[in-house]
Amino acid sequence: MTKAVFAQSRPARHLHTGRWLTAASVTLLCAWVLFPIYLILVNTLSSPAEVSGFPKRFFPSFDFGSLLFFYNFRGVIGALINSILVASLTVVLAIGFGAPAGYALARFRFRGKNAFRILVLMTRAFPLPLLALPLAVMFIRTGLDDSVVGLAIVHSTLALPFAVLITYSLFTGIPFEFEEAAWTLGCSRFQAFRKVVLPLALPGIAASGVFAFVTSWNEVFAASVLTIRNRTLTAFLLQNLDVSPLYLKFAGGAVLVVPALVFMFAVRKYLFTLWGIASR
Amino acid sequence: MLGAGPGFGGTVPGRLIDRRGTPAQPAGVPRSQTGGPHVRDTRILAYLLLLPATVYLLVFFVFPFVQVGITAFAGPDGFTLRNVNAMVRDWRFLPAFGNTLTLVVIIVPLQLVLALTMATLVTRLGAGRDIVLYVWSIPLGISDLASGLIFLAIFNQSGFLNSFLHGLGLIDQPVNWLSYRNTGFLIFAVVIAELWRSTAIVMVILVAGLGLIPKAYYEAAEVFGAGPWQRFIKITLPLLRPSLQTALILRTILALEVFAVVQAIAGTNLPTLLGETYNWQFNLQDGPVASALALVTLVISVAATVAFLWLLRTPEEVRA
Repeated sequence: MTKAVFAQSRPARHLHTGRWLTAASVTLLCAWVLFPIYLILVNTLSSPAEVSGFPKRFFPSFDFGSLLFFYNFRGVIGALINSILVASLTVVLAIGFGAPAGYALARFRFRGKNAFRILVLMTRAFPLPLLALPLAVMFIRTGLDDSVVGLAIVHSTLALPFAVLITYSLFTGIPFEFEEAAWTLGCSRFQAFRKVVLPLALPGIAASGVFAFVTSWNEVFAASVLTIRNRTLTAFLLQNLDVSPLYLKFAGGAVLVVPALVFMFAVRKYLFTLWGIASR
Repeated sequence: MLGAGPGFGGTVPGRLIDRRGTPAQPAGVPRSQTGGPHVRDTRILAYLLLLPATVYLLVFFVFPFVQVGITAFAGPDGFTLRNVNAMVRDWRFLPAFGNTLTLVVIIVPLQLVLALTMATLVTRLGAGRDIVLYVWSIPLGISDLASGLIFLAIFNQSGFLNSFLHGLGLIDQPVNWLSYRNTGFLIFAVVIAELWRSTAIVMVILVAGLGLIPKAYYEAAEVFGAGPWQRFIKITLPLLRPSLQTALILRTILALEVFAVVQAIAGTNLPTLLGETYNWQFNLQDGPVASALALVTLVISVAATVAFLWLLRTPEEVRA
């Protein structure tokens, strides 16, 4: 690696300083990421009086008053369930429509491939949450307004292009010869896909599913515009920002953040397949 | 066109596919024995596989955005400028426009520098690289609303910043940093929250891009006596151009959509384009004016994308 190359050519003292500087910067940047998360957890694990009080301690008192208040607040549990439903449906739609397209892009050459590619990449130039405006009208006409399905449709337009690009790069990484070998052994095209390609692609597809889930779980604008009674957690928190006490906001913020920590841990190996390559 | 990089749609080395969409025959195996599907079948299959995604994007992406344009200029008697006029006459429009652009212009360059620093640091790490990458990419999974609430916890009057300053004996009474008269600080708080949350995506794109630069280039440069800074300027930056372009487009568009962070930290005291769009659509129930506002964001987004595509285009002779 480069480090080895650098190591040979630099004076030892210089190298020592450089390494120390790298370690210090890395530590500092880790703290920059983690400390704010720690602070909102401190608030969440403190009593409502402590959260509103001043000055604040930098350690939690492990009082569950804030969390209990959040849990018992009218509409919170329903919003939480809606968030999970919308996100799950988004995963199904994005992967269900995106993965076949990704496979087609990876395996075939055909006319119109470039047009499709431009269509997918074009989504990146547009502020997608604004789709909520015209779709609100469309949904009122079709009875999908204020519904889990309607919101999942909007969130899928955010997640679908990524699902296409991610599965495209996943399938490209699985040698076509494997499928051909399966055909020579008597598999049909579908059997070859199911028995040879799918098992190899599944972990990556699961990871892109997690990303679709996170995309929906985190989305605020479209959710707030499109839902009133069937609010997701983000829409619930946003629409109540003016009237919520601080401890409700912070507990809600923590409930949004904690799954993110788990999700990112689950997909950490796929980070570059998902974002590095998919975003080229 | 958009974000043209290696791989997509190009020839994949070692792939046995010919022009007509049929898998080429493995060497030495006669066509009849491969059992490979017929030419026309495969082409139909390709289109069938693309159909759901294409229809989905046409119905729920292309059509609705056309609809935004129509709604913005549609009145009871056909074409009208009423919505645009109502939008512009609202005293919050210009501040919203200005604040949004100010935020983009401050946030995007700063996070590009921060992400470049992080990406460069990552390439120097041996042991611990994976854990550092995990920690640094955590904000990638965090909602903008959550990051707004996190920094509200820090900057609000009874928050951690005031508690810290109080602990140091610098202040007696908590300072109301996020007051509506304190626009400068409101912008500062939003910039910090956005830098914290959204730099991760830029870092990941740049780390992936750095991985594609052949190590031999650096070795050669070093043989010719180029220092670390020269190597960065002469090798890293030019070869990182496609990644920089992708990251800049992605982040500029997302920064123009800044909404929940601002709502959480500043409420309605710092108008933004999407905040006003939400206000017209949801609170004032005026869809056409909201559409006019959406169109403003849309036009700026597309213009920014085109600008980055042109400014950071990869020269023809460099392309593979």
